[in-house]
Amino acid sequence: MGSDDRWLLPDGIEELLPERARRVELLRRALLDLFDRFGYELVIPPPLEFADSLGALGGRDLEPLTFKVTDQLSGRLLALRPDFTPQTARMDAHSLRREGPTRLCYAGSVLYARPRDPFGSRCPIHAGVELYGEPGLEADLEVLCLLVEALRAVGVEELYLDLGHVGVLRALEGALDLCNDARAELCELLAAKSCELSPWLAARVADSRLAGWLAALPELSGGPETVARARALLAGAPPAVGRALDEIEAVLARLAEAFPGLAVYVDLGELESYHYHTGLVFAAYSPAAHRPLGNGGRYDGIGAHFGRARPATGFTLDLKALIDLIPAGPARGAIYAPPSGDPRLREYVRALRERGERVVQGMPGAPADPRALGCDRVVVARGDGFALEAVERGD
Amino acid sequence: MSGLTLALTKGRILDEALPLLERAGIRPLERPGESRKLLLDTDQPGVRLLILRGVDVPTYVQQGAADLGIVGRDLLLEHGGEGLYEPLDLGIARCRLMTAGPVGVPRPAGRIRVATKYAAVARRHYAAQGRQADIVKLWGAMELAPLLGLADEIVDIVDTGRTLRAHGLEPRETIAEVSSRVIVNRAAMKLKHRLVRPLLARLAAAREEGA
Repeated sequence: MGSDDRWLLPDGIEELLPERARRVELLRRALLDLFDRFGYELVIPPPLEFADSLGALGGRDLEPLTFKVTDQLSGRLLALRPDFTPQTARMDAHSLRREGPTRLCYAGSVLYARPRDPFGSRCPIHAGVELYGEPGLEADLEVLCLLVEALRAVGVEELYLDLGHVGVLRALEGALDLCNDARAELCELLAAKSCELSPWLAARVADSRLAGWLAALPELSGGPETVARARALLAGAPPAVGRALDEIEAVLARLAEAFPGLAVYVDLGELESYHYHTGLVFAAYSPAAHRPLGNGGRYDGIGAHFGRARPATGFTLDLKALIDLIPAGPARGAIYAPPSGDPRLREYVRALRERGERVVQGMPGAPADPRALGCDRVVVARGDGFALEAVERGD
Repeated sequence: MSGLTLALTKGRILDEALPLLERAGIRPLERPGESRKLLLDTDQPGVRLLILRGVDVPTYVQQGAADLGIVGRDLLLEHGGEGLYEPLDLGIARCRLMTAGPVGVPRPAGRIRVATKYAAVARRHYAAQGRQADIVKLWGAMELAPLLGLADEIVDIVDTGRTLRAHGLEPRETIAEVSSRVIVNRAAMKLKHRLVRPLLARLAAAREEGA
């Protein structure tokens, strides 16, 4: 690296300069305050921990995203978190060990060893909630509605909700007699809604009814009417499929009641983080972005790794992606105070700051340019004391 | 909801895709190639066609610059198709992705050198056979590489095999049967499903008519 490119950042690693940093921070505060009002308690997990502990939870979906380093103290492998969920699951299952529902929330940076999608960030800032200990649909509804409320509260105007249910494929897959490699191939074909799926099923799955149900999954996406189509096309499938469809229907009804006019898309073939989730899954999209703004779903039993399986559901929002989709809000004013040794000026400035004003102190010898410092007002001497005067616009 | 942008692969795929699109109800307002324009309006309001090099089509669709694309399976295999839906095989522009080498010259033992523009496909293919291959990435005229000692074999698409024979090469293993596929951006499939699903159905019907 020469002096001309020493400033370069690695691919997918970006910094936030003042304006964007301020917006991310305001968003973080707004979200954490909202989560707090819903009874979610803030936790601050460490940025890294033993890879065994972190990796076990994320499993196949998070493993390839995880940065690993060797711990100089223990000689063991450490993982930098690619996701908060495994950590909060550990806190719930092992550190807190409460009975009944536990609501946790978090906000902070995660790191990806490789970007999740081309040109995607490798250091996103996440904020999210997890609800443990409650297996019923009410828990799914609470976090799902909180996701919609949160995005609306921070100013996302056009919102699309993508609903799926891992239980459908799980039930069909459970009836299959296939080796693990074949299962992985099947997942890939389903995830891509691939035209190769039908011929693949014809060659591998002897039970033609089962093959037909699996082949129908990529087609089972669209508006809320998809559930009725699914009931017809998957008639006779294992009962867990019907239960999953019942859940989606109940969620659709609640969403229609709580958020009339919200655009909802149902996709029974959606496999994003299929290995991680166990039930209802969802993602929020905006027409202005090509990645989900936030996603989540049910991931029961994950705490079993720490000796205590607990039902769990939650969601995560990507704050860096979010700030590009919400209005910037009014610019924040500031007051310029000229350099001075006058103790009365110091007292005046202190009082301004106490009122919540932002006051920038001029430095002796530095040019007094309030506008360059982002100030719209200046402190001027008036009579015995001081007063504020608007800065004349220079343009 | 804004319209749809379709990314098409210029050349043979475009020539064979245009009649299909026409049967599916989409006609460009001017013939591609007549002007230098690469972004063409169609007789369907809001539906635009993008004329691209095939290798760029998956990138445009993956990034959401285009909602759908038509591209050869060879380039999709090379690209990896991550983040894309591949719901429809159009059955046009058929050919084979193959290995080829000089006629009568046996493949050398051990590590071999392979010239190709399909570096990822070639690496996977030889690795699956348990052979280590050094890949020489070329952008065209692969057929020359064995002739001039640049490589032992090549990996390329083969249609009639005439180009291979003209350069003293013979086709060896078929890596994949190739035809053109419709790919769809994941977010577009969700957010614009009321436009995308019917179009896919019309294209599937148009393919059956043409068959």
